[in-house]
Amino acid sequence: MKRLSHIYLILLLVMLYAPIVIIAIFSFTESKVLGNWTGFSTELYQSLFSGGVNNSLIDAIQNTFIIAFVAATVSTLLGTVAAIGINDLRYGKRKAVNFVNNIPILNPDIITGISLFLLFISLGITQGYTTVILAHITFCTPYVVLSVMPRLTQMNPNIYEAALDLGATPMQAMRRVIIPEIRPGMISGFILAFTLSIDDFAVTIFTNGTNGLETLSTYIYADARKGGLTPELRALSTIILVVVLVLLVVVNLRARRQARQAEKMNNNVISTGR
Amino acid sequence: MRQRISKILARRRVWSLPYVIFMAIFIVVPLLLIMFYAFQSKAGGFSLENFERFINQPEAANTFIYSIGIALITTIICLVLGYPAAYVLTKLKPSNARLVVMLFILPMWINVLVRTLATVALFDFLRLPLGEGALIFGMVYNFLPFMIYPIYNVLQKMDPSLIEAAEDLGATPRQVFTRVVFPLSMPGIVSGIMMVFMPTISTFAIAELLTMNNIKLFGTTIQENINNGMWHYGAALSLIMLIIIGITSLFTDATSDEGTGDATLL
Repeated sequence: MKRLSHIYLILLLVMLYAPIVIIAIFSFTESKVLGNWTGFSTELYQSLFSGGVNNSLIDAIQNTFIIAFVAATVSTLLGTVAAIGINDLRYGKRKAVNFVNNIPILNPDIITGISLFLLFISLGITQGYTTVILAHITFCTPYVVLSVMPRLTQMNPNIYEAALDLGATPMQAMRRVIIPEIRPGMISGFILAFTLSIDDFAVTIFTNGTNGLETLSTYIYADARKGGLTPELRALSTIILVVVLVLLVVVNLRARRQARQAEKMNNNVISTGR
Repeated sequence: MRQRISKILARRRVWSLPYVIFMAIFIVVPLLLIMFYAFQSKAGGFSLENFERFINQPEAANTFIYSIGIALITTIICLVLGYPAAYVLTKLKPSNARLVVMLFILPMWINVLVRTLATVALFDFLRLPLGEGALIFGMVYNFLPFMIYPIYNVLQKMDPSLIEAAEDLGATPRQVFTRVVFPLSMPGIVSGIMMVFMPTISTFAIAELLTMNNIKLFGTTIQENINNGMWHYGAALSLIMLIIIGITSLFTDATSDEGTGDATLL
């Protein structure tokens, strides 16, 4: 029974990874059509880095990262300041603000995209870089608020009061007491916002306007509709996968080591305590 | 002056103000605009003509019903495949479980469109035809992790002494599952259903790519209308989708408020 259940998990994972593995394998051959093996070659990787691909792909990659970086940075600042404020609101107001904050998370992307499209149209704003970044901030900030908030509620309010009693100004208390406490939440909020922004398609396509601003997602979409993926995208996807894989393994190993250290420390405390 | 500013900033609830203003402009007003456009005729002025058109035009209404059907089938398949997987995961050693959960989530980091095109490639590679089958496979493939994760979370947090208690009281393994484990995992199931059903009902690009543009889903209809400048009709269709989503989330709110908060996948 145990073996059967393990086989089941493995089968599911094979199903999840089969398409990705195929992309990775065929990133090492030159053929235009996926599924045609024309011998081993690293041509696709070379042309990706030497700019042999059409400029629009390189532009799209650049745009994606610039937008993600700006949106994630602004969201982290806006969301952190907001979370500190919201945490101090009275119950009724706090509930109302949290409710609105959850709307972009629960709303399907297409609705968020269309609603912002209608906003920009009504205000007569030409859509482009700014509107895409504003749209990304709109759907990223709620996640930052959600990842900073638990840190604030778990924090002992007396520490802040103590800092004030000891003569710190409210600003000093903020910088020296509150910010260090919520920093992990800010970092995970930033990472989350960054990945959400990079991955977004539905909101971007409604807010990128008609001036030809493309991110990786919209580029792939346009490309696929023309009938077929630019071969270099196979190489790019493989690189993204490997980077993410390495990052996750590193983060996981670190978490494990920290857990082990914490355990050791606990044991020491207990043994010396006795 | 400076002192006054720092005095105001010392009241921390003031700090929520910038974001409240931001939310009003970029979340509340846009949603109201959808409603405003939906109930407006092309000439301006209040009208129900967009909704009449939806009811009288069989194509859009049929696409709507078809999309709900596809979303339901996808959700059911994800539940049937995902629940046992989540259950097996909780039986693994914790360190192994972490690793396998990570493996399930990892593909989510690759762009949805790339993953979808990879699915198309897989079907081409295996010489399978694209169409409804590919569409459902692609949807399940994209959203299965969203089902496994919340169920796994709830199962993992379950107090094992409850199971022991049931066993001590003479329950068979099957009874333990049907009477204790399954009912207690309901919040996870509900949030899993939400997290699969909501995105599937609103996808647009995935369906086009998986069916060579042969099958249209409701999301595609909305997108086409907006792209072709039919904002009023597109807004009305968006409002209809919002209502469906609203009904689904009301239904889930009543059964659980746990699980969705853990859905950040980090």
